[in-house]
Amino acid sequence: MIRWIARVVGAAFVLAVLWAFGTTLATNLQSPPAPTAEHEFHRHPKEVAFASDGPFGKFDKQQVQRGFQVYKEVCSGCHSLTRVSFRDLHQLGYEEAEVKAIANQWQVEVPSVNPETGEPATRKAVPSDYFPSPYANETAARAANNNALPPDLSLMAKARHDGPAYIYSILTGYQNQPAELLKKFPAAKTPPSLHYNPYFGNLNIAMPPPLTSEGQVTYAPGNPKPTVDQMAKDVAAFLMWTAEPNLQGRHKTGFAVLAFLIVATILAYLSYQNIWAEAKRKVAPVGPLDPVNKAKRTRASKKAGIDE
Amino acid sequence: MSFAWAKPYEPKTELGRWFDDRMPLPRLVYNAVGGGYPVPRNLNYGWNFGVLSGIFLTIQIVTGIVLAMWYFASADGAFNSIEHIMRDVNGGWMMRYAHMNGASFFFIVVYIHIFRGLYYGSYKAPRELVWMLGLVIYLLMMATAFMGYVLPWGQMSYWGAQVITGFFSAFPVVGEPIRVWLLGGYAPDQAALTRFFSLHYLLPFVIAGVVILHIWSLHIPGSSNPTGVDVKSEKDTLPFHPFYTAKDGWFAAAFLTIYAAVLFFAPNYMGHPDNYIPANPLATPAHIVPEWYFWPFYAILRAFTSNFLGIDAKLWGVLAMFTSILLLFFLPWLDKSPVRSGAYRPLFKRFFWLLLLDVAILGYCGGSPAEPLYVALSQLATAYYFAHFLIILPLVSKYETPLPLPNSISESVLHGEKREAAPLGQTAAAN
Repeated sequence: MIRWIARVVGAAFVLAVLWAFGTTLATNLQSPPAPTAEHEFHRHPKEVAFASDGPFGKFDKQQVQRGFQVYKEVCSGCHSLTRVSFRDLHQLGYEEAEVKAIANQWQVEVPSVNPETGEPATRKAVPSDYFPSPYANETAARAANNNALPPDLSLMAKARHDGPAYIYSILTGYQNQPAELLKKFPAAKTPPSLHYNPYFGNLNIAMPPPLTSEGQVTYAPGNPKPTVDQMAKDVAAFLMWTAEPNLQGRHKTGFAVLAFLIVATILAYLSYQNIWAEAKRKVAPVGPLDPVNKAKRTRASKKAGIDE
Repeated sequence: MSFAWAKPYEPKTELGRWFDDRMPLPRLVYNAVGGGYPVPRNLNYGWNFGVLSGIFLTIQIVTGIVLAMWYFASADGAFNSIEHIMRDVNGGWMMRYAHMNGASFFFIVVYIHIFRGLYYGSYKAPRELVWMLGLVIYLLMMATAFMGYVLPWGQMSYWGAQVITGFFSAFPVVGEPIRVWLLGGYAPDQAALTRFFSLHYLLPFVIAGVVILHIWSLHIPGSSNPTGVDVKSEKDTLPFHPFYTAKDGWFAAAFLTIYAAVLFFAPNYMGHPDNYIPANPLATPAHIVPEWYFWPFYAILRAFTSNFLGIDAKLWGVLAMFTSILLLFFLPWLDKSPVRSGAYRPLFKRFFWLLLLDVAILGYCGGSPAEPLYVALSQLATAYYFAHFLIILPLVSKYETPLPLPNSISESVLHGEKREAAPLGQTAAAN
């Protein structure tokens, strides 16, 4: 009975899904899905190496500091970094006094309350403050950016596939729309308020090219030349740090844990071998170790003239 | 409990005896996972994944309790509280990544455990209840994992909750009111988040309870084994402790090494980057996908794209998705071959590997965007999935000629006595 019900139910689902399959085939054969500009011109992030990559990855503090400088002088005009506080900069090798100075001189002040009147006010940032946002709220941000919202950058390196490489690719990926694209998809022409960037999901990004010329940021002596490529790489490295500040500690702990577990595995394996070897001697009266079989085999061997 | 030769518990100390007379808890443990539980001696490494599932359940409960000390179930604060755990709480990132990846590894070991049971016919009499209780655990795990994924209140959390609770609205008339009732609103919001958190904290303990029933029902007939032959004598078994504790011990340590490697060096590999974007009800992600362990079912859901027999395509999809799991409850009666182990069932074995491939294809399609090629592939794979369990399996068990079974477990382990009785260097056949 149950098997008959099963067959009926099974047949129903199989027929329903095969019907759907037939429909899918028919629809797509009759009118194949039209190719889209995104599908054909979107590019995966460029290959780019960072010091934080791989199991031995560490932050290149010099580079992350340069990236911070790029954020401070370029990105922070529009993008907030609300999950990072000034005191976190200690991790990048800044001294106490430097952090204080950075907080104190930050271009945006922190929202506060006037202690005399209770009126909303602003004050200078201190190291325990989080980076203040450039805009008071989303409405203000959109109003200033042609209705586009500059996203918070704290987690950007983890919130996109291939995070740091994606950021680097976006920053260096601005270009003129290929003639081929315009010929094939005239409707996909980048609107005047947007900018063509093949590394962006739908090819047209609202953000104008932020890094445009060499020397836009002045690096301290002893650092590489601030080319657009270098600045993009540096700020991507910085955003990897803001997204995963514990990366180095994680790798360090990971090696200790792995070492412990590998030793534990080896010891446990040896004790397993030990215990089971003992078992086979103790409880294996069947087969070659069975005294009866052993006697039979010895007799047979003797008869055949084989010396054991 | 199970076999006449099971060693009875003997308290070794005066205190032990005193305790045993009053509350025989050590006796219970001894009979469950100690020297008092005889286990077939021929188990392969497929049998290690039961204990491993227990280990991962424990990891999830422990890390989960710690996370709940810092987590804040609020639509405004949930995402921030997770980031606070990741950045500022001492060791918080480790607990969070351990929990996140622990869920994935829990599913990995449970899937291996389930497929081992499918291959070796562990669901067959007298272990039907073991199998069914295992499926109950699996369903509870799915519910727990889904609700847990909603808690960080990222983009995928939010839209996953939206899609999955949307299943209910596929049912005519009652569907939409049920959905609204379950969510406590028209869309996922504070009410949904708090109740998901409450249930996410509760269900693991329900799982632990069902695990006890699962083990209890297992210990009546005893563990199955790779030959599928019943245990016949003491020679066929070894006491659980020290033999299987030692084997499980080293294997668990090895498996945890892999887990640690992922946890510390690729913690976000199995997650979706969109969940690092705070939930935004106004921005739908380009591709909404569940976590990888739901991909095969997501593919089945999306495979039904046309209305059929007057039933809406969406309802077909939802019914098929639920049926794809529920049909497993009937497996002991769908496959009526008296031979348990797939090793002795040549035809069944081929279909088993086909099923494994099929589920892998479904998983691949479920994780891919709904483009025509993937949809068509998932439709064929879905057809095979249902055909396999509901049509092919009953027929295979009817027409297949199984291979001869060994007389006993010990014979299969020790390759028979006849050959061993022959003179050295010659086989029995040559005599």
